[in-house]
Amino acid sequence: MNKTVNQKAWFFVIPVFVLVAFNAIIPLMTVVNYAFQETFGNNVFMWEGTRWFKQIMLSERFHASLGRQFLFTFIILFIQIPLGIAIALTMPKEGIGVPVCLVLMSMPLLIPWNVVGAMWNIFALPDIGFLGHSLNALGFDYNFTQQIGDAWFTTILMDVWHWTSLVVLLSYAGLRSIQPAYYQAAEIDGASRWAIFTKIELPKMKKVLTIAILLRFMDSFMIYTEPFVLTGGGPGNATAFLSIDLVKMALGQFDLGPAAAMSLIYFFIVLLVCWVFYTLMMRNEEKS
Amino acid sequence: MAKVTLKGLSHSYLKTQSSDADWAIRGVDIDWNDGGAYALLGPSGCGKTTLLNIISGLITPTKGDILFDDKVISGLSPVERNIAQIFQFPVIYDTMTVYDNLAFPLRNRKVPEEEIKVKVHEIAEMLELSSTLNNRASGLTADGKQKISLGRGLVRSDVNAIMFDEPLTVIDPHLKWILRSKLKELHQKINRTMIYVTHDQTEALTFADQVVVMHEGQIVQTGTPVDLFEKPKHTFVGYFIGSPGMNVLPCQIKGNDVIFNGKKIETHQQIKKSNFNKTEVGVRPEFISFSNEGIPVKVLSVSNTGRHKIVDTESETGKIKIIAKSNEDIPSGSAFLKFKKEYTYTYGDSWIIE
Repeated sequence: MNKTVNQKAWFFVIPVFVLVAFNAIIPLMTVVNYAFQETFGNNVFMWEGTRWFKQIMLSERFHASLGRQFLFTFIILFIQIPLGIAIALTMPKEGIGVPVCLVLMSMPLLIPWNVVGAMWNIFALPDIGFLGHSLNALGFDYNFTQQIGDAWFTTILMDVWHWTSLVVLLSYAGLRSIQPAYYQAAEIDGASRWAIFTKIELPKMKKVLTIAILLRFMDSFMIYTEPFVLTGGGPGNATAFLSIDLVKMALGQFDLGPAAAMSLIYFFIVLLVCWVFYTLMMRNEEKS
Repeated sequence: MAKVTLKGLSHSYLKTQSSDADWAIRGVDIDWNDGGAYALLGPSGCGKTTLLNIISGLITPTKGDILFDDKVISGLSPVERNIAQIFQFPVIYDTMTVYDNLAFPLRNRKVPEEEIKVKVHEIAEMLELSSTLNNRASGLTADGKQKISLGRGLVRSDVNAIMFDEPLTVIDPHLKWILRSKLKELHQKINRTMIYVTHDQTEALTFADQVVVMHEGQIVQTGTPVDLFEKPKHTFVGYFIGSPGMNVLPCQIKGNDVIFNGKKIETHQQIKKSNFNKTEVGVRPEFISFSNEGIPVKVLSVSNTGRHKIVDTESETGKIKIIAKSNEDIPSGSAFLKFKKEYTYTYGDSWIIE
């Protein structure tokens, strides 16, 4: 069949294009503009080529914050994904417990980031905070404002508290969508609880888990507000993750060029990791 | 292999029961012989799946006992009962190959790998799955997947019974027929007790030697396909089996006579009692013919199915369907009908009057 060629249809795309331009393309192009030039204000720009990119790529400071960022992301994924699945498995499947659990689980997700940071800051204060005071009373030498280990511990604990629920809710949805016949068949086949988990539940949860890992990767990789309020990146630079470091560079030191270059590199890393991860998961999907 | 006996089985999904309607199944007694092919037939929601799940041990009945070979097994788990069950839609383990799927029940029972290999190949051969053994199970078509679930039941040579819960629901019509004859063939080959649950009368009647018809949680009749067709014990069996089903029309009983449409008619039985709330006369469309005298009707429409004609008529008491030969001349307008006496039954409160 011959399709009718009608280029006028492109006009319908204009509204979307304008919207996307305003909220994404134009701001991004401004950053690109800064990344290749040097400015001293007054709208005077000098062409710098790839100088800022080279500088960032070779900078130890960037390597350190990138390393911290990856370490943080891996740790929280390593804790939140298994923990989320485990909690989802133990949640009730029927009765009044279902809505109760779901509401309790969604609570942390509804709290604004800066409130979470402030809450945990007060909660963990070594002298008056419940957590900090209790730990010290139990004999631990705990002070998240001064000791690197404690700062990491608190930041990770805060993130786990804030975001494990997301993994729980997604996993729970995945588990609930499994037909009861699968469990019945497994029971008749004499499958152990572990076999049911690895052969039925995990494969059936694969899609929601892919989403969960992707979301948690992106969110944790771009984390800013909570650690900023909790530790401010300290002690020293111990918890200065990429975005905290970026803001310091851009707004603290006013190094707009290098900061813009770093933003772009940062952006491409997130994009690349997500793309690789998604492609790998989906390629497996096609095979089956 | 085992004889399956159900004694006074009742089950309710509610904690307390106040009326008959609260019971999913009530008062079921069944004796199924070792090695037989049985079907549980009934419409959706009649309790047949509940009954099946009780036999397999997935549900614990509220009342009554289940016996395998005269031993009470009511308290045992599905694994201990050693049964196999095939579900409505194919249950396969997505991440495993066809081979691993078939080997799974044996591996769970710690059977040596050598033995598994022999057994799996034997079953795969029987089910024509040999060429796909190394493929991922999730890549197969619906009927292939259903064969795998069937295979998982067959690999265990000591299963007491194999149960099918509407196994052909998701299979394409032209493959249904093939798979059904495959099942029948398998039954003859391995000679194990098979219980087949379905709402499709063709499936039930072609598969089973004995069909159990269920209606609202009760067994209304057990018998061979011929019994069910020729002598339905309950009006439900009459109109559920057959296409179109039995004509069931109100009648009166006066003394020993059955009065239908204002006139006495001859039925199969001798009527001895008449204390019923509702009395009906039932006759299959196959056993009605046009005649010069009898029950006056008006012919409404004729539809030709190719093999025969289905005639819709209306009497004073109600509509009557007739199956006539495809070459038979159908009178138009008014006509008279004659019921074949041997196949005309009287029902009191829906049950046949004996």
